[in-house]
Amino acid sequence: MPLHENGSLLEDGRLVPDAWTTLDAESPLPATGPVIVPLSRLEEGLARPHDEKLGVALPQDAEIDTLRTALPRLSLVAVTFPIFRDGRAFSQARALREHLHFTGEIRATGKPLPDQYEFLLRCGVSTVALPAGSDPDIWARAHTRFRTAYQPSVRGERAEGFALRRLLG
Amino acid sequence: MPDTIPAPALPVGHYGYDQVDRAFLADRVEQFRDQVARRIAGTLSEDEFKPLRLMNGLYLQLHAYMLRVAIPYGVLDSRQMRELAHIARTYDRDYGHFTTRQNLQFNWIRLEDTPDILARLADVDMHAIQTSGNCIRNVTCDQFAGAAQDELVDPRVHAEILRQWSTLHPEFTFLPRKFKIAISGSPNDRVAARFHDIGLVAKPAPDGGTQFDVFVGGGMGRTPIVGVHLRDDLPEEDLLAYLEAMVRVYNEYGRRDNIYKARIKILVQALGTEGYRQKVDAEFASMNRARYRLPPETVAAIRARFGTPDLNAPDDAAAQFDRARRADPAFDRWVRTNTHPHRAPGYISAVISLKPAGGIPGDATSAQMDTVADLADRYAFGEIRVTHMQNLVLGHVRQDELHALWQALRAADLASANIGLIGDIIACPGLDYCALANARSIPIAQKLGARFASPELQETIGPIEIKISGCINACGHHHAGHIGILGVDKKGEEFFQLTLGGSPGSDASVGQILGPALPEDATVDAIARLVDAYLVHRTGGERFLDTYRRLGAALFKDAVYATA
Repeated sequence: MPLHENGSLLEDGRLVPDAWTTLDAESPLPATGPVIVPLSRLEEGLARPHDEKLGVALPQDAEIDTLRTALPRLSLVAVTFPIFRDGRAFSQARALREHLHFTGEIRATGKPLPDQYEFLLRCGVSTVALPAGSDPDIWARAHTRFRTAYQPSVRGERAEGFALRRLLG
Repeated sequence: MPDTIPAPALPVGHYGYDQVDRAFLADRVEQFRDQVARRIAGTLSEDEFKPLRLMNGLYLQLHAYMLRVAIPYGVLDSRQMRELAHIARTYDRDYGHFTTRQNLQFNWIRLEDTPDILARLADVDMHAIQTSGNCIRNVTCDQFAGAAQDELVDPRVHAEILRQWSTLHPEFTFLPRKFKIAISGSPNDRVAARFHDIGLVAKPAPDGGTQFDVFVGGGMGRTPIVGVHLRDDLPEEDLLAYLEAMVRVYNEYGRRDNIYKARIKILVQALGTEGYRQKVDAEFASMNRARYRLPPETVAAIRARFGTPDLNAPDDAAAQFDRARRADPAFDRWVRTNTHPHRAPGYISAVISLKPAGGIPGDATSAQMDTVADLADRYAFGEIRVTHMQNLVLGHVRQDELHALWQALRAADLASANIGLIGDIIACPGLDYCALANARSIPIAQKLGARFASPELQETIGPIEIKISGCINACGHHHAGHIGILGVDKKGEEFFQLTLGGSPGSDASVGQILGPALPEDATVDAIARLVDAYLVHRTGGERFLDTYRRLGAALFKDAVYATA
């Protein structure tokens, strides 16, 4: 499989089409179509017609609670890894699922490693915007590497039968 | 394939793997083999490979790769010890180094050998997972767990639960900084609970179950801090939920802009104990508690995979032991310093010193490892413990067999009678191995060991803990030493700064700097003068630490600097 081009999106270990447009701080907001706005432009996004899909990009240092009132209107929350070592987005994703009961798409952006893929999924992330230069095969392999995990997660995996172990996949 | 190998009896003292655990480790080894192959082929750069190798305990040191092998809660069995000896002999320079976190380090490893080494470790249910990186590290434990007379709860079952829970934890593998948990089940703290990111002390609950004292935010390094007491009534069933809340708050709010300010101790200081507690309580209150509940059945299931020793000493074991002590003064001295009272009649715990006079603290040769494995099989149910003081323990030894054990240890140069005494020094690897160090710790330890080699002298001086770090990162725990020694660099020369009054135990304290740093050749003499001053001024059975606390630093300062 060729190295992906910018914009490749991974779901369940497979490349999938990406219907979303990600807006920066300045670009004009399109009238229609699914868009991901920066947190600073959330109000603007919320002012769009309610039948247009809206997502928000959450900086890694933002409190999840800032999304509490807007969340029913959001179809997607993007969390980010400015560097792979900055693991705050794991807690943000987990809190979105566990505390705010968010059921929409959580997208990981930035520079996560393929070796973090299973962790991302187990914290509630649904899709990964692959960093430039990623080999999707390596991500796919990481997804099937382990058969069990040693602790429960917000993904609600089936218990394996012993202690806290969970069956993956 | 593993299905065809008959399961051995459950190991005494630690959790026995089942087929699922073994399959998990096999997958992990294959993952790393794949990563190493990609690195050697050049498709992974060193930058990309670094986080992956660190997650398998592989560091690049000053001269070679170092592989740190996890010894969960410091307990291993004879079969595992023999495998470590084999690896040392085959892939390293015929020795290994037991660490203050109850792990083992191989110092001279070739990158291309590491997948095979990890595969050999996996064959005996061992690994190097989370022995480095900003994740929850090996959970350390009381070296006399399950044996000590003063113990209220055997903490190893809970240590194993924490090991499993923290293994490849999806949320907590990329924390702001490394995270160290220690657990004890005795009111006499032998794990330095107050110097850990989280310290847990297990004790019986009023309802007959188990509950925990929780300490947080202790640590050494550049900012030594004694941990604060967070609560004393954590029920067993909430153990994981509460730890999840504690670590989540840290993951969210811990500093990531400066690695020297990134440990949880800095966060706890910044928020204040009450501020941190409020955030943890809020998280704890809003989380899905049912999901993280630790039910008694789970604890029982894990406990059931621990082998237990069949303690059954003859009635006259104690009498035979007394006779041997009276007949052999050298044995008697070793018993006085190197044993610990056992809960069962006729049994005793024996400490094997890895601090021979003039030796390197914590090092053991392959032959010594094999000897200890054989002796563990013969005398101690095949169980061996590693202590945070870098010694080994045989936990359950029959008193009537202790003399024979001691003779065998003596033949292997493993019978130094110096546990808790001045020869029982902790030293970090220092500039002989470590890229971070400012100074060499090992030669100072060797010189001190040689200076105070006499067992009679050591016993006269009594309990005293000397701890040596080769740099400010404090891996040699100098802050917690009764006498701490810190290597510093002064214009390219190695100098050593003394601190006095530290303690890792229930009376935890951080040592205070005594005065200007000393050149290497003056340091050992200065410590000899410190000890002389103590011997002059001590009263009754006072330890060095007690005399220091009673009289203060002035007289010790005079002793060190008057003639310097």
